Amino acid sequence: MFAMDPIHVRSRSRFGASMRTSMLLAACLWGSGAFAQDGGDGGQGEIGVLPVQGNIFMLVGDGGNVTVQVGDEGVLVVDTLQEEFSDRLLATIRELSDGPIRYVVSTHAHPDNVGGNATIAQAGSNIAGGNVLGAIEDAGETAKIIAHENVLITMSGAETPLPFEAWPTDTYFTDRKEVFFNGEAVQVLHQPAAHTNGDSIVFFRRSDVISTGDLFLTTRYPFIDRENGGTFQGIIDALNRIIDLTVPADRQEGGTMVIPGRGRLCDEADVVEYRDMLTIIRDRIRVMVEQGASLREVLDARPTLDYDGRYGADSGFWTTQQFITAIYEDMS
Amino acid sequence: MRRFFCGSALILAGFISLPVLGQFDLSGEWSPRYHEDQPERIPGPDMVEFQGIPINEAGRLRGLSWSPSLLTVPEHQCKPHPSDYAHRGPGRMRIWNEYDSASQQLIAIHTRLRWQAPERTIWMDGRPHPPEYAAHTWQGFSTGRWDGEMLTVTTTHLKQGWYRRNGLARSDRAHVTEHFIRHDNYLTQIVLIDDPVYLTEPFIRTNNWVLDPRQQIAPYLCDIVVEVERPQGTVPHYLPGQNPFLEEHADRYQLPLEGVLGGAETTYPEFIEQ
Repeated sequence: MFAMDPIHVRSRSRFGASMRTSMLLAACLWGSGAFAQDGGDGGQGEIGVLPVQGNIFMLVGDGGNVTVQVGDEGVLVVDTLQEEFSDRLLATIRELSDGPIRYVVSTHAHPDNVGGNATIAQAGSNIAGGNVLGAIEDAGETAKIIAHENVLITMSGAETPLPFEAWPTDTYFTDRKEVFFNGEAVQVLHQPAAHTNGDSIVFFRRSDVISTGDLFLTTRYPFIDRENGGTFQGIIDALNRIIDLTVPADRQEGGTMVIPGRGRLCDEADVVEYRDMLTIIRDRIRVMVEQGASLREVLDARPTLDYDGRYGADSGFWTTQQFITAIYEDMS
Repeated sequence: MRRFFCGSALILAGFISLPVLGQFDLSGEWSPRYHEDQPERIPGPDMVEFQGIPINEAGRLRGLSWSPSLLTVPEHQCKPHPSDYAHRGPGRMRIWNEYDSASQQLIAIHTRLRWQAPERTIWMDGRPHPPEYAAHTWQGFSTGRWDGEMLTVTTTHLKQGWYRRNGLARSDRAHVTEHFIRHDNYLTQIVLIDDPVYLTEPFIRTNNWVLDPRQQIAPYLCDIVVEVERPQGTVPHYLPGQNPFLEEHADRYQLPLEGVLGGAETTYPEFIEQ
C-alpha cells in the first residue's frame, strides 16, 4: 500500500480520485521518499507528482507547478518550468504516460513557465493533414504550443529570446481558445492585464480542475509584471473569475480543484482567502492614495502587516516593499 | 506434551488478541460540557474579545479588520469549523474505530460533530503526512499514537481557520497537537496550536464530554443563498483604526482595552491581577 508508484497513481486517478484520496496517495508517495519537502516546490531539481482528479496531475518543480492532462489521445502540458529542468520534466511526464504529447499551453511568457517549451514540444507531435501537411514539411513534428498572442509578442521581442522552437505556434487574440482533448473540453481563458498582458487560465471541464498560472499562488504575494502589462486590479479580477468558475463539493471544500502557479493544491476556499487578502490590501492602500499619501507614507503604514508573516518577503525576487510599491504606482 | 503445546498456543493467542500496548477505546456518543468558556463557546465571543490568546501584532490587525458581514458572502457561508476549533462549538461528537478485517489492527479513528457535520479521520496505522503541496482541508491530515491510554494526535494540512469566531485568524501553517484522555465516562481533549504566522507562543485549551449512549446526531445541511446584493468581489472588512466595536467588549465588562486586545501576556494570571 505504501509503495505506490506513479503508474498505480495514474490508473487510480483516471477513476476520479477524490481530494482526500489525493492526500492519501500523496502521503504514500511521500513515504516512499519520492519528494523533497521544502514547503511547496520540489527542491534541488526534484519534481513531485500529485494526482489531482480525473485526468489531471500536478507536477511540483523548482520555481513552479506544471499541470499535466493524460488520456487515451495523449498528453497536454500547462507550463514547462525553466529550461534547465526541462529534461527532468520530460522524464516525469513520461513516467505518467508514453502517449504522444499533443499540446503545450503557456499561461504567460515568463522564463520559469516557458523555459521547457522547446524540449517538451519537440518530444511531442501533432496531427496535421490536408493542405497544411503538403505545404509545411514539418507540420506534424512537434506538439502545438498554445498561448495568448501577447505571449508570442513578448517572447519574440525579448532582448535574449528563447529559441524559436519555444515560441507559441497556436496563438489566440480573443477572450478564449477551446480544444476537446482526452474526452474533455479544455478552455483556455484570457485574463487581460493581470500578472502580465498575456495570461491564460486553463479549465479542464470534465476533470473539474483549473490551472491558474501565476495569477494565483500560495507562496507569496502576487508578482505584478507592470513592464509587461500587468496590473494589481487585474489579478483581483482574475481571482474573482476563478471563484466564478469553481464549485465546491460540500462545506466549501473539494469540488473544482485549483492548481496554482506555485505552492500547494487548492480549492475554491483557498482562492477566496487569497482574494479576500488582496481586496483588503487594495482597499487600505486606495484610501491612503485618495487622501494624498506619498509612497513613503504608505510603506510606513504597513498595509500588509497582517499577511506578511504568511506571504511577505524582505529579500529576494519579489519583496513586500516591491509589492506595495507596485500597487501604489498602479493607483497613482 | 502435545496437549501442553496446544494449551500454550491458546494462551499465547489470547495475549495476541489483546489491544496493543496502551490502546484504549474512545468510541461512542459523547455529549459536550460547556462549563469551561461557555460565554465564548455557545453565545459566541464579542467583537474585539481577544484576551487569553497569544496573538502577535499581525493576528491582532487581522482580528480588528474582520467584519461579521463577511459571513454573508456566499463563498463564506458554508465553511465548517476546522478540526482545531470544531469541538468548541455545538460539539456533540461520535467516535468510531476502523479495523483491518483480517489483522484486526486499528487503521483509523473517525469523529463526526454536529454543527456542519464535519467528519474527520485520525490515521493510526503509522502512515506519514503528505508533502506540503498536497491539498489542505478543514479537518487537516491527522495521525495518532497511543501514549499509554492517552491518544495523541498530530494534525497538519489545515486550511486557514480561526482561534475565535470573531475574526482571530489561525494560519494554514499551523501545527496542531491534541491529547484525548478518557476517565470512565468522561473525555477530555487538550489542544495545542503552534502557529508561526499569528502566535508568539503555543496556544493551549481544553474541552470536555460525557458519554451519552442515547445521543443522536442529526444530518446537517447547508445551502448557500445570496443574502445581500453586492458588486462581485466585495469583501466586507474594517479599515485600520475604523473598527466600530473596538471598545465595546472592554466597556461592557469594565476591562482595560490593552487587556482585551490579547497577546501572550494576557494568558497569564499575573496580567489579570494587575
